Amino acid sequence: MPKQIQSPAGPAHARILGVGGYRPSRVVTNEQICQVIDSTDEWITTRTGIKERRWATAEETVGMMSVSAAGKALAAAGIEPEQLGLVIISTVTHLAQTPSLAAIVANELGAVNAAAFDVSAACAGFCHGLALAQDAVRGGSAEYVLVIGVERLSDLTDMNDRSTAFIFGDGAGAAVVGPSDTPAIGPVVWGADGAQYEAIGQTFSWDALREQPELGFPALRMNGQQVFRWASYQMVPVAKKALEKAGITAEDLDAFIPHQANMRITDAMIKALKLPDNVPVARDIARTGNTSAASIPLAMERMLEEGEAPHGGLALLIGFGAGLVYAAQVVQLP
Amino acid sequence: MATQEEILSGLAEIVNEVAGIDVEDVQLDKSFTEDLDVDSLTMVEVVVAAEDKFGVKIPDEEVKNLSTVGDAVSYIASHAG
Repeated sequence: MPKQIQSPAGPAHARILGVGGYRPSRVVTNEQICQVIDSTDEWITTRTGIKERRWATAEETVGMMSVSAAGKALAAAGIEPEQLGLVIISTVTHLAQTPSLAAIVANELGAVNAAAFDVSAACAGFCHGLALAQDAVRGGSAEYVLVIGVERLSDLTDMNDRSTAFIFGDGAGAAVVGPSDTPAIGPVVWGADGAQYEAIGQTFSWDALREQPELGFPALRMNGQQVFRWASYQMVPVAKKALEKAGITAEDLDAFIPHQANMRITDAMIKALKLPDNVPVARDIARTGNTSAASIPLAMERMLEEGEAPHGGLALLIGFGAGLVYAAQVVQLP
Repeated sequence: MATQEEILSGLAEIVNEVAGIDVEDVQLDKSFTEDLDVDSLTMVEVVVAAEDKFGVKIPDEEVKNLSTVGDAVSYIASHAG
């Protein structure tokens, strides 16, 4: 028998202590998009609910936006960077294979005691990060965890593609997760359906460029109808299961904060979930576009700032995207 | 087994409920996009409701072939339960 080793021990519960976002300075309206593609403000609005989005300037890098959002989340949580034991970043637009963006951002923040890594879970990335953060806190691997979702999707947008040019936006959202006396992050319901790998992705992979440099830079492409059907209908049982596992019903919610993919998906989900009319729903997409991993924390920050959702209230989060992958959980808002 | 008339009237009810289009406007020769102003996402909602109602599976790759109401009625008639 080997000598018995110690196993880690953490607190019974974890919670989101603070949230913060960064919205890039450049506002891009539907009219501006339609100077490049043959479309109209009305066409874009009725199909997506998007009126405008933010596109980052050259200075607004994924690192810069992450550090800014994290600073706000740390201040809101009352936590110093040195107290962080882990930094998790979800992004698909950190355009270097290695090192991770999280290592760079942790260093810039002065999170000298933190482990740091990136996760690749596309538009479901924030909910994946939150699940990992809660497990790290409860498992005793880190006392405080910073979760960041950040994207510069404008870098991977084909401005001439009539089916996607108007959808994507840029931004960062961050949350600090730490110990709690009471349950404040419900069990995650998550999964992957790799059979639908082709539904959302890059026009071609980076290694294709080695053989055919004339391909230029890749962009995101999406099978709109396939994604709409999957998100609008197959995500509803996932959302219901997250409520059930948290031990609540839709009537108990103080906010519904789905990934801001498309207002039509949000509306279809509300209908299928039979969400009571008095539950506030995140509709940040109208002014922010689809910012993938950043969309849920950005929407959460806006709802709290504008008084649309109450501090301490219960919110259902659900992220879904390329993979296809998904994750949902109920949280108590900071 | 539903008749063509039954499928048409069931489909018209769905299009009415999902897209707010008058039941009597939903005729076999009408194009979903051109005549009825059903966009690509609304079309998915129609298809999912039709799957439920008629017990038929309409895969994503088939949806783009259903350009007229008649196309949808024929597809449902030949694939239903």
